[in-house]
Amino acid sequence: MSAVSDFPDWGDPHSPANSYRLSQGYITETFPETSVPNMVTAVLADYRGYDTMFETVVIFTAGIAIIAILRRYGPKDKVVPEQKLYKKEPDLIVETTCRLMIPIIQLFALYVVAHGHHSPGGGFQGGVIFGASFILLALARDLQAAQKWVPENRILNLAGIGIFIYSGFGFLCLLLGSNFLDYSILHKVMGVTPIEARSHSMLGVEIGVAFTVAAIMFSIYSNLASKGEMKEGL
Amino acid sequence: MEIFEAISTKINYWVYIVIMMIGLYAMIAKNNMIKKLIGMSIFQTAIILFYVSIGVKEGATIPILYHDQVHGAHDDHHEADTSHGENGVVESHATDIHINPDEFTNPLVHVLMLTAIVVGVSTLGVGLAITQKLHREYGSIEEHEILELIKSGK
Repeated sequence: MSAVSDFPDWGDPHSPANSYRLSQGYITETFPETSVPNMVTAVLADYRGYDTMFETVVIFTAGIAIIAILRRYGPKDKVVPEQKLYKKEPDLIVETTCRLMIPIIQLFALYVVAHGHHSPGGGFQGGVIFGASFILLALARDLQAAQKWVPENRILNLAGIGIFIYSGFGFLCLLLGSNFLDYSILHKVMGVTPIEARSHSMLGVEIGVAFTVAAIMFSIYSNLASKGEMKEGL
Repeated sequence: MEIFEAISTKINYWVYIVIMMIGLYAMIAKNNMIKKLIGMSIFQTAIILFYVSIGVKEGATIPILYHDQVHGAHDDHHEADTSHGENGVVESHATDIHINPDEFTNPLVHVLMLTAIVVGVSTLGVGLAITQKLHREYGSIEEHEILELIKSGK
């Protein structure tokens, strides 16, 4: 607490964190270098691409860990049949509302992913919204209804595909003779200028992130809600 | 009056300290595992607040360029291309648009906190899973009850 007086004032544009040339450089150089107006996305997916790649791996690992913790393998010990808290027949109002809302939510999620480098948004945000639409389906009906659309092996495949897309961009850069995740070399295969290639690769990378995040969000929910059985949940 | 000023100009740090201590207290002092996890989330939120408040600049906007700036730059590109063809003079495009760093909040802290949020979600999910497993094994999520069960050899 005694250190508070040494911190810079609130909203001071000349505080050390704001006047350091790294963050100033991100603000002034991002658009000329990558043609992406949203600096946060550019820094996330391009300048700090390595960090973000392993962040995606962290999410994937968390999803796998939750399955590993909660799943019962081997002979089942006696499972006490629990009382069902919910009514079996679906509610008309809830059903209809979800039927209307889920497509809109998913469309909005795709918009957030696709416009991540022009407006607020990106792979993580869009992925979470997309995963939330499946969680809404599982809450409104039951887990079985959502499982019909995204069964568990498909979830894990999608999560793996996301990381594969991200690291695939990195290795494509390596194959073309540049550094790992140095997107500007990809203009050779994309047929655009190196600056625009960075912008397009950021979109591709964000799509990979969105795959993983959406899949793992639903995986975390369904495993926690169904005690790892993936049979019936809330 | 000086003390009041010293607090009010650095109010974000005081708020962050208070929230962080609430989280730390919940993590250490509470016996319930879920309450511990809530404390952990509060702690993480305090750190996110701290970082984001560092990046704030007075009167600045979100770190996304204005529509005019972006499209003005594109027009400049076309002009620069034609002049390049006619005169054979290479112009640098980087100087075409003028971006004042004081106009936009610090993007770096936002990126770092995006990472922190993601890690927070992962840790919370794993923590909840472990709590559920504990409840399945011991029939309780109270720390002292579980410790007693372990001591007594279950």
